Amino acid sequence: MSRAKPEDDEYWNSSKFSAFTFDDEDDEFTKMKESKRAVNSILVDDDDDDDDVEKVSWSGEPIGSISWSVKETASSFRSSGEQSFPKIDTAPSLPKQGSGYSLSSLFKAFTDTSTRAYAPELRKPKSECKDYMSDWSPEETVRRMRKGRAYSLERFRSLQDKLLLLDEAVSLHDGNVITAVLIYLKRSLSKEILFRELMVREVALRHYVHYLKEMGEQKLLLMQYKEHLNIKDEGRRRDFLKSCLSLPFSQDDAMHVQDHYTLLERQIIIEANDKRGEAEIFRKYPRKASILNMPLITTLYYSCFYHYGEPEGTFSSPANIRKTFRISEKQYILTALGARAKLKSWFDVDSLFNTKNWLGYTKKRSPIGFHRVVDILQKNNAPAQVLQEYVNLIDDPELRLSLAQKYKCHDIVIDTYKDLKDRQQLIVYQGKVERGSHEDRKIEELINNMQIRWKN
Amino acid sequence: MYVIQAAAVRGRCAGCLMAQSGRRDAPELPDFSLLKRLARDQLIYLLEQQHEVDKLYKVELKPIVSTADQLCFLIRPRIQTVKWISDVVNLDKAAGRLRRYKIIFTPQKFYACEAVLEEQGVFGDVTCDEWAFYLLPLDDDIISLELPEFFRENFLEGDQRWVGAAGGALRLIHSLYGPFSKVYGIGQCAKMVYESWREQVEDGEQKTQQPEIGNVFLIDRDVDFITPLCSQVVYEGLVDDIFRIKCGSVEFGPEVTSSDKSIKVMLNSQDKVFNEIRNEHFSNVFGFLSQKARNLQTAYDKRRGMDIQQMKAFVSEELKGLKQEHRLLSLHIGASECIMKKKTKQDFQELLKTEHSLLEGFEVRECVSFIEEHINRQISMIDSLRLLCLLSLTENGLLPKDYRSLKAQYLQSYGIEHLLTFSNLKQMGLLVEQQPGETLTVMESKVGKLVNDKTAGKLTDAFSSLAKKSNFRALSKRLVLIPKSGEEYDLRVPRDMAYIFSGAYVPLSCKLIEQVLERDGWTGLEEITRMLNGHEFAVSGGANGTESRIKADSQRIVLVMFLGGCTYSEISALRFLGRERGYKFIVVTTAITNSGRLLEALLDNHP
Repeated sequence: MSRAKPEDDEYWNSSKFSAFTFDDEDDEFTKMKESKRAVNSILVDDDDDDDDVEKVSWSGEPIGSISWSVKETASSFRSSGEQSFPKIDTAPSLPKQGSGYSLSSLFKAFTDTSTRAYAPELRKPKSECKDYMSDWSPEETVRRMRKGRAYSLERFRSLQDKLLLLDEAVSLHDGNVITAVLIYLKRSLSKEILFRELMVREVALRHYVHYLKEMGEQKLLLMQYKEHLNIKDEGRRRDFLKSCLSLPFSQDDAMHVQDHYTLLERQIIIEANDKRGEAEIFRKYPRKASILNMPLITTLYYSCFYHYGEPEGTFSSPANIRKTFRISEKQYILTALGARAKLKSWFDVDSLFNTKNWLGYTKKRSPIGFHRVVDILQKNNAPAQVLQEYVNLIDDPELRLSLAQKYKCHDIVIDTYKDLKDRQQLIVYQGKVERGSHEDRKIEELINNMQIRWKN
Repeated sequence: MYVIQAAAVRGRCAGCLMAQSGRRDAPELPDFSLLKRLARDQLIYLLEQQHEVDKLYKVELKPIVSTADQLCFLIRPRIQTVKWISDVVNLDKAAGRLRRYKIIFTPQKFYACEAVLEEQGVFGDVTCDEWAFYLLPLDDDIISLELPEFFRENFLEGDQRWVGAAGGALRLIHSLYGPFSKVYGIGQCAKMVYESWREQVEDGEQKTQQPEIGNVFLIDRDVDFITPLCSQVVYEGLVDDIFRIKCGSVEFGPEVTSSDKSIKVMLNSQDKVFNEIRNEHFSNVFGFLSQKARNLQTAYDKRRGMDIQQMKAFVSEELKGLKQEHRLLSLHIGASECIMKKKTKQDFQELLKTEHSLLEGFEVRECVSFIEEHINRQISMIDSLRLLCLLSLTENGLLPKDYRSLKAQYLQSYGIEHLLTFSNLKQMGLLVEQQPGETLTVMESKVGKLVNDKTAGKLTDAFSSLAKKSNFRALSKRLVLIPKSGEEYDLRVPRDMAYIFSGAYVPLSCKLIEQVLERDGWTGLEEITRMLNGHEFAVSGGANGTESRIKADSQRIVLVMFLGGCTYSEISALRFLGRERGYKFIVVTTAITNSGRLLEALLDNHP
């Protein structure tokens, strides 16, 4: 408001409206104090008047907010005297259509007790009344904020006041208000002080950390590492990961981040070579995607698929990857098995499980159950012969039987029943094989064999 | 956009009752279609009358191509979205383009969002409004707040921004269907929501209406994480696990419809076929559907030997209904087939066996190696995580060497960026290391020390140490959550709520509700609540104390509010409990959840 001319002041001060002077730039300090008292006296029974006030907006019309219409419909349906959700007022400075604020309506509202309004709204038409609302206690302030009413945080200037305000907000359990207060504290306190105080206020701290996270400003340890996900260029991503190595991670996590860096470094080298796809295997089985940013196990699978048998010295060889990243035997066998079976290299599959004992005999040994091996082979359409060999290696007779039946490995079923001395089951099984076939004859021979001590 | 979709009107659901009728006469449920009408009217009012909206676009955080001179955004109060809108406005400004902008926040706006507008210098160019849409009735007995973010923001981030919204939702229900006579609850958030609701109601006038809902039970999701992490085997839950039900409707793809197009179906009590199988254990569903198919055939067969008049009557009276049933039946048969196919392919039996062993605490080493192999084979990233969490929750944490090794293998299989996921799970207490010999006080003093530590890096550690123990074994023993093994459990004639998990486990959340209702409070459950970290309460409502006015029926209607989401299996269990005890449950939830959604909310492997 532009400074009023002296003659205007004279007019206002002498007029009958003098008790309602709203010009805070008025020189007559006492009069201002007077009106301030008047306003404050209205504010005393603030809460009691909630119901009356909420029904009318500044222009004197029912509030056209959405929350209002809930209430309207609700109460017309059932006469409950409930309060409706409070509406958060839109900004006072907005030239909002349809909200005809005028000084006259202000006075009207003030004099008409049935539609008495709140002081904060005085701020709406002009900013003259700022002083009056700044007297709200922390408690009143946060309650107003929760209800979406006008408020002001500027008066909370001392650290003590700020903290009182924050604690009051926390005690309300309304995250929206807590964050609003924190935003104010962030703007008006130094980082060090704010952080020091938040350290002893867990709820507020968590709201603050979450707010910073949402704003993209939070730089806690893992969030810093997470930044790499935003870097598209693999070279820059690798360099970024390298810079993360110096962050104070826990021992375990530091190792994982180191692995991440090493892995991407390898992938970049492998990708550069394989992109050209000159080797025969790439022409036969073209790559579907680049290996960049794939998980370690996917990289190992890729290496077992395209680079099997390369000497350990090469970065792309399975042996090198296995060693560098300390991959367990079980994990290695599973992955190599999947890749070699996919290529139908049954010879490679065989040699994965071959171990020689000290006499030089080869024996099949596996860190994963052979039933799982069978499962993987079967999913890769292994021929019956290969499948049969591995079904036979399953230790548990029950499991062996069920898989042998599933994959129609008749010889194994028959042998297993023979080992179990289960003549009855053998007879039952005879019904399932082709009459006159090799299996049929074998069963016939067995059940007539008097030397076996059948259990049934 | 899905908000709008969510508001689409469905007519009043005809009062279809459950397949089996209750032990006692079950009271009628209140009519919630009013809630939907309210929400719709509000939105229409906002869009048409206030802002003259004629076209809707989905917010995709991409540049806007439009010649309109006013843009209106209907959004969730998320900072990221508001930032994007600010960019749109600033781009327009730079190009000298004049437009009016309006943001309608739903269900409410946040100060932090307005602060973004202010910071970006567009406050004033953009005006804000609110669509206070809190409650979407998904069915006769399910109301959703459709706030999936509630779970992560409240339980992981510790942000209480939705407490007021939950309190407000409760207030609305109270004003329409109350007054409630009793409110029970457990959980830190439940307590805050109750407080918020109470304060919101306090200013209101005395109630004079007839109450329709008598009792309320508020429960935090973190009271029971085990139940939502288990594989669902009841039909509705399975459909949700596999096809993902959104806002009460599901899209069945070509593999179900056996045609080349997808069909969207509303899944609620109006679908007569669905209504009869939704709460059934999956093993019964096929039998039921084939019986139904036979009945349908018989009904169609009636046509044979009809004369013209009879035929005319048949066509006009029965045929339409039969055709409708036919359509639904073939859809659900298709869905069941699809479920069967998927569940056998993934070695589902083995997975279930592992889950049950974990719940029982039986052959835990075998479970650990099953999980390890699951991870090694790079099968479903979410399932691996789910099993890890179940292992941790049932065993009060993993042995340190298991934790290190399984975490390392997980990162190798699914990507090292999951480091953040693990940190989140640790913070939530979902996947932790065992703390051998550490008593609570030792832990507390350690936490105290960390909180005072000034390095920011220690912050997350401090939070994670606050994560509580699950005490599942002891709870399960006290509450008899695991029925004796070896006994035959007839899934067609369920004897308790355990049927929703094939008779292997009674859901903890539902068992608590049962116990509290039975005892009319927490008396006698002190040991249990201590193991659940307290925060339980029971309050008698109705300050006016007009007990005489309260209808007896309303006392048997119980509103259960899940803060952080509930699963369809839990709803099925409560429906069962209701039939057994003569209650009717109304479930109000911040969102429908399942193991997939719950864990996906905690993943942090993307920018």
